Amino acid sequence: MADTYNVNPTRMELKKMKIRYANARRGHKLLKDKRDGLMKQFLETVRQNKELREKVEAALSGVYDSLAIAGAVSGPRVLEESLMLPKKQGNLDVRYRNVMSVTVPEFELEVIGKDAQDSYNYGLVFTSGELDASLAQMSSVMEDMIALAESEKTVQLLAQEIEKTRRRVNALEYIMIPKYLATIKSIKMKLDENDRGNTTRLMKVKDMMLKAQRESARSDEDEEEEGA
Amino acid sequence: MYKIGMIGERDSVIGFMALGFAVHEAEDVETARTVLHTLAKDSEYAIIYIVENYAIALAEDIAKYKDLPTPAIICIPGKNGNTGYGLSQVKKAVERAVGADILFKE
Repeated sequence: MADTYNVNPTRMELKKMKIRYANARRGHKLLKDKRDGLMKQFLETVRQNKELREKVEAALSGVYDSLAIAGAVSGPRVLEESLMLPKKQGNLDVRYRNVMSVTVPEFELEVIGKDAQDSYNYGLVFTSGELDASLAQMSSVMEDMIALAESEKTVQLLAQEIEKTRRRVNALEYIMIPKYLATIKSIKMKLDENDRGNTTRLMKVKDMMLKAQRESARSDEDEEEEGA
Repeated sequence: MYKIGMIGERDSVIGFMALGFAVHEAEDVETARTVLHTLAKDSEYAIIYIVENYAIALAEDIAKYKDLPTPAIICIPGKNGNTGYGLSQVKKAVERAVGADILFKE
């Protein structure tokens, strides 16, 4: 038998336990629904996250390659000088979204600059064409990088919340609820046992009283006979 | 308005200057650690990208910020190539949530 809570076997406690058991059942159902909802969201996001990451990682290795070539062609000095002052600036806006009571960020990138399409912040005289190509690659991967950050953070936060919820569900399902049931059962059995004890005691007392009555009646009769 | 941070060794991060990221060069792990904590405590940074080899060395420091909505600390492969650490992190998150790896089993 499962463990029981250490309470006095009284009707009061029985009533309290029944209420707590009902609450635990309700909480368990709600948390289970929450877990399922979170899981659905999580699986969607994590698939998306995996795709994005593969895409970004592939794109970045291309970027590094072409940057290395650009650096080799024009020299590291020129490379740094030409990249130092960006013409356009990414402005990141963060909003928060609530997914099943988990706060997840949403990033939105707004590119400001004279011409959002033109990312070359240097004169074309001293730099090589390779640099132009790698910059074009970079600005195309940027959007995916932001999306990756958003989905990866969401995955992390959801994973944490799911873990927490799952623990709660399991604690309720496998520990609290069986314990409440066992306690209710044991209180009921103790009360019933007390009841039975009471009944037998009453019957016994009644028997004794009847016997005493009968005996006193008989002794009265005897006295009368003797007197006569 | 928020900033995007970038931590890594010079050759890996230099290109991101042109995109308007706040690039912080770090030539060794300790520098990267200090920079990481400064950026993460600064509420101006919403996303911090960190190059994989530092992310591996600073995994414990990064884990501290894992359960906060911002900043999102995301590791990206550096110029030395992809080690697969990023995907392994995704896998870990799946294991944490589901209890088993259901996405990457092959």
